[in-house]
Amino acid sequence: MHWEWLANPEYQHLLLVGLYYTIVLLVTSVTIGFAMAIPIGLVQVTGPWPLRMLARGFCTFIRGTPLLIQLWLLYYGLGSLLPSIPWVRTSFMWPVLREGFYYAVLGLSLSVAGYQGEIMRGAFLGVPRGELEAARAFGMSGWKLTSRVWFPRAVLQVLPTLAGETISQLKSTPLAFTITVMDLMGARFKISSDTYIIYEPLILIALIYMALTFIITRAFDYAENLIPTRR
Amino acid sequence: MLIIAAVAPLSELLSFGDKGYLDELMWGAFATVEISFFAYLFGVCLGLLGAVGKLSGGRISRFLLDAYTTLFRAVPELVLIMLLYYAGTSGINDIGIAIGYGPVEMNGIVVAIFVLGIVQGAYHTEVLRAAIQAVPLGQTEAAKAYGMTPFTLFRRVTLPAMLPFAIPGLGNLWLNITKDSALVAVVGATELANATRVAAGGAKYYFTFYALAALIYLLISLLSNQFFLRLENRVRRGQPKLT
Repeated sequence: MHWEWLANPEYQHLLLVGLYYTIVLLVTSVTIGFAMAIPIGLVQVTGPWPLRMLARGFCTFIRGTPLLIQLWLLYYGLGSLLPSIPWVRTSFMWPVLREGFYYAVLGLSLSVAGYQGEIMRGAFLGVPRGELEAARAFGMSGWKLTSRVWFPRAVLQVLPTLAGETISQLKSTPLAFTITVMDLMGARFKISSDTYIIYEPLILIALIYMALTFIITRAFDYAENLIPTRR
Repeated sequence: MLIIAAVAPLSELLSFGDKGYLDELMWGAFATVEISFFAYLFGVCLGLLGAVGKLSGGRISRFLLDAYTTLFRAVPELVLIMLLYYAGTSGINDIGIAIGYGPVEMNGIVVAIFVLGIVQGAYHTEVLRAAIQAVPLGQTEAAKAYGMTPFTLFRRVTLPAMLPFAIPGLGNLWLNITKDSALVAVVGATELANATRVAAGGAKYYFTFYALAALIYLLISLLSNQFFLRLENRVRRGQPKLT
């Protein structure tokens, strides 16, 4: 076992920055993805049929293809088409459009939206009919019913699955390294190619990922206990 | 304009033979199904052993299995695949050198099958354990009362009774492995994702080729979905329909 490279401040810095990027990727993609998943789930339950078909097709595509291919399709595919449009290179968005990190955020968010959208569809369907009828009997309609009764009840139901989804999302983030993002996996790659040490950096980041999984599990347990429920 | 530019030379690129890449993609798709199938089979075997070990094993085997399922489900698949891939190839090489055979030329597909199977075994263990536990205790007790040996009991009672609980989970795991098999492209095994990368790089039509690969994966997923729905109906025959 060779661990002497860990004492090198350059590699420590690389790992810390990598950890930062991994966490940023996780938090942004789960937040954006979940925000997208709510309308995607809702539309599949009550929306007009064109929107419903669109949402269902999106979920099927995301859930039926590997995330790796989705990321490559966005970064190498879309990324190689965009510069062929004349005004893109000169636009203010260009610094964003050539950076792998933003493609990773987009790809990971869409992935969360696809998986979570399907879960939200089930959650919206799973809210007891009687509660919605009671809300209607109180004179609530449309937006008020959705925001006060339907949505909170649906989210409450998915909270336990949300923890699992967040963990599997954490385990998807290292794929971003294949599109040049320097997350933990990217830092590992740099260290390995500098020092020719393969196993130890891999084992170290495996331990870091395990620690993050543990923290996420604990955080969601805590959040679940905050919400009063009657059993 | 963009779409026309991307699609126009497709008929040539998507043909068999020297200029076209369709044969490469089809071989890739075939390799993906092959890797997924055997890795899945290996994973089910590991999962069955693991589930039986967790439910009726001693304290040590239960501890080891708990460590296996916890560790392998908490670490990203990509990290595990890299660790096992490099460890596996260099380990077998070391053995080859030690017994005087010299470095062993490794078949990338075989290594990929073993690596993916070991990773999936952890998930199979949990799915099968939960399914076995869902079988009502009275049924296995009745079988024991008839004097069935453990093996007969498993084959005649536990297995058919647990399948309705196991098939949905097993179906999900199959879909997962067809998608996770793309990860072995990162360590260089040749399957659909890697074949696409080579073809896209050669033809310089990145978007078209990755979109095509995505469609092939989607087709595999949709067909598998139908298969598992039918399988579920088959093992649930005689039971009330799910609403």
